[in-house]
Amino acid sequence: MGGKTITRADLAEAVYRRLGLSRTESADMVEMVLQEICDAIVEGDTVKLSSFGSFVVRDKGLRVGRNPKTGHEVPIPPRRVTVFKPSNIMKQRINEGLADAPAPVETEAD
Amino acid sequence: MIKSELIERIAQQNPHLYQRDVEHIVNAILEEIVSALSRGDRVELRGFGAFSVKNRPARTGRNPRTGEQVSVSEKYIPFFKTGKEMRERLNEGEE
Repeated sequence: MGGKTITRADLAEAVYRRLGLSRTESADMVEMVLQEICDAIVEGDTVKLSSFGSFVVRDKGLRVGRNPKTGHEVPIPPRRVTVFKPSNIMKQRINEGLADAPAPVETEAD
Repeated sequence: MIKSELIERIAQQNPHLYQRDVEHIVNAILEEIVSALSRGDRVELRGFGAFSVKNRPARTGRNPRTGEQVSVSEKYIPFFKTGKEMRERLNEGEE
């Protein structure tokens, strides 16, 4: 358990199993859902999905970064980034799921 | 946009489906992502982004108000990395 990678095909399979649509239509629906979420984010809209989490677009200003290899200073231009804030329900379910059977996941660097 | 608006937008594009079916579809997708993460799996959706879980080890912290030591237990944090295509679309025409 753990360490596997889930893709669009697995999400389509879940829709197929639960809804009884055809496999093709299940895959199309997955695509459509991701596309709608993506379009809303790209428009700068916050996407709030209850019991899952929210996607927020943040504007980052210009800052000076450094090439870690050469140490040279390079300007990092202003840009827009997506930040995902998991819901408490998601955090809780993940912690409950992994408490008994820890999975080989990456340890966060300090 | 909230979940009900997402469902509405998708229902509009699929007049052959009941709104309730669309609701089940959206929930099935989100549920599949959450259950994958709670097994410690990664969810990789090309063009959109990837969800993963990171482990934050137990540490000894301090109550900033009292300075008192408190032990913070190990926990798992879900993490989202924006996909290349979405990142590019977010910053179109600004290069």
